[in-house]
Amino acid sequence: MTVLADPALAADARRERRFFLSLSLPALFIVGLAAILPILWIIRQSFLTTGGEYTVGNYEKVLSSGLTWSALVTTLELSLGTLAICILLGTPLALALASARPRVANLLMAFVMLPLWTSILVRTYGWLVLLRRDGLINATLTGSGLTAEPLPLVYNFTGTLIGMVHYMLPLFLLPVYAAMRDIDANLVRASASMGATLGQTIRTVILPLSAGGIFSGSIIVFIYTIGFFITPAVLGGGKVNPLSTRIERTLSTFQDWGSASVLGILLLVLMALVGVMFLAARRLIAGRSIGTAHA
Amino acid sequence: MLEAYPDSRLARILLWSFCALVMAFLMLPTLVVVPLSFSASNLLEFPPRAYSLRWYETFFGSATWMAALRTSLILGTLTAMITVPLGLLAGISINRLGGKAAVTIQGVLLTPSIVPGILLAIGLFFVLAAQRLVGTLFGVLVGHVVLAIPVACIVLLPALARFDWNQVQAARSLGANWARAIGGIIIPQLQISLLSATLMAFLTSLDESVISIFVASGQNSTLPKLMFLSLRDQIDPTIAAISTLWTVIVVVVVLVVTLRQKS
Repeated sequence: MTVLADPALAADARRERRFFLSLSLPALFIVGLAAILPILWIIRQSFLTTGGEYTVGNYEKVLSSGLTWSALVTTLELSLGTLAICILLGTPLALALASARPRVANLLMAFVMLPLWTSILVRTYGWLVLLRRDGLINATLTGSGLTAEPLPLVYNFTGTLIGMVHYMLPLFLLPVYAAMRDIDANLVRASASMGATLGQTIRTVILPLSAGGIFSGSIIVFIYTIGFFITPAVLGGGKVNPLSTRIERTLSTFQDWGSASVLGILLLVLMALVGVMFLAARRLIAGRSIGTAHA
Repeated sequence: MLEAYPDSRLARILLWSFCALVMAFLMLPTLVVVPLSFSASNLLEFPPRAYSLRWYETFFGSATWMAALRTSLILGTLTAMITVPLGLLAGISINRLGGKAAVTIQGVLLTPSIVPGILLAIGLFFVLAAQRLVGTLFGVLVGHVVLAIPVACIVLLPALARFDWNQVQAARSLGANWARAIGGIIIPQLQISLLSATLMAFLTSLDESVISIFVASGQNSTLPKLMFLSLRDQIDPTIAAISTLWTVIVVVVVLVVTLRQKS
C-alpha cells in the first residue's frame, strides 16, 4: 500500500480495507461452518468412544485391521491406474486437439467436455448398461464371435477403473491441452527444418514443453480419485473397497463413528502426503529445467 | 502445428483414429442411455425392439421420484440464491484487497473443492447429528452452498479482474455509498458472469450426490441420492429416462451460458 502522509487519509484507507475484509465474512463463515468445522469434528470424533469418552482405541482397531490396509492399497491402485490410463489416452488426444485448426479444436473440446457436464450417476448408469454381462459390449463381443463367454467387465476392479478414467479424462485433458496449445508453433517448425522426425520432435520439444500441463493434470487426477466414492460403490459391486467405501460402510452399516473418522483421517493424511510429493517433484523438475537452460 | 511434417501422414492418421476412439469412449455412456429410455421393454435390451414413453410415465407418475425432483429443484434454487451474493461480495473483497489477505481468503474459500466429498459428507453428518439436524433440508442446503461457493468464485473472479474499477471510484467520489456502487454499477455490468455463476451454482447442487447420500433422508432425499440407491439395488429403464432428461437440461443450461458469454 502507498504511504499516505495525511493521517486522515491513512485512517480512511484502513477503514476501507476493513470494509473490504468484511465483505468476504459471510462466505468465510459458511465455509468455516460447513467445511472446516466438519473436518475438525472428524478429528475429534476419531478420539471418542461410542459413549463419548476419550480413547485411542479407534486408531488401534482401524490400524491393526487388514481391511484398512487392503483399502489403502485399493485406493492407491485405483488412483495410479486411473492416472496411467489418463496419461496414455489424454496426451495424444491433447496433441491432436492442439494441432487442429482452432474452430475444429473448439468443436471437439465441446464434445470432450460433454461428459464433464453430465451427472456422475447418469454416466455410471451408462457404464452399467454398456458393461454388464448382457450389456452392449459383451453382446457385441459374443455376437461377433470374438469371445465365447461374456467378459466380467463390471462389478469389479476393471469396471471401477473404466468409470474413473471416464470421469477424470476431461479434467486431465484441460491443462495438458492448454499447455500444448501455448507451444510456439515456430519451435516445432524449427525442429522439423533441422531434420527431426515427428517422433523426435514429440519427445524432445513437445513433451518437455507441455510437462507442466501434464503435471497439473496428474495432480488433479490424484487428488480427485483418492476420495472417489460413487464410482467404486456402484461399478465395484461391493468387491472393490477403497477407503471411501470403507468409510461409508463403517458409518452406515456398523454405526462405528470413531473408526469411520480414523479412516477419514487416513484419507486426509494420504492426500497431504501425495500433495507434498507432487510439490517436491515440481520443485525438482523446475530446478532441473532451470539448470539445463543455463547449461 | 504438425503440418510441418509432410511425410508423417500415416502418423497423423493414426493419431486422429486414436482420438476418434477416445472421444467415442467419452461420449458413449451418455449417449447409450437415450435410446434405452424410450424402450418398451422391462429389460435393458439394446437397441430396444419396441419404443414407448412408459419409463417417462413411470418417473412422472411416481410420488417418490417426484418428491425427490422437487427437493432437488428447491435445493438448487436456494443454493444459487444464497451462493451468488456471497460469492460476489467475497470476489469484490478478494479483488480489492489484493496481496496476502486476498490469497488467504481465496485459499480458504476454495478448500471445499479440494477436500474429498466423502470427508465433507461424514464431517457434516457429525456436526448436524450433534445439532439433531440430520435429514433436514437445511443440512443438505448448507453442504451444497459450501460446494457452490468455490464454483461461484471461480466464475466471478476473472470477471471482477476485467472490471474497470475507476467507475466505482467515480461513483464514490460523486457521493454514492458502496451498496449503491455495487447495485448500480458492478451488478449490471457483471450480469452475464452473474448469470453463469447462478446456473453453475444451481448445477453444482443439482448434481451433488455424496453429501445428500449421508445427510438427506426421507422426504428430503434428493434425486441423485435416490438414483444412487436404485443403481445399487436394481437397474430399470426409469433411470434411463431420468438420465436423458437430466442430460438434456444440463446441455441446454451449458449452451445458454456459453452462447451468452460469446455474444
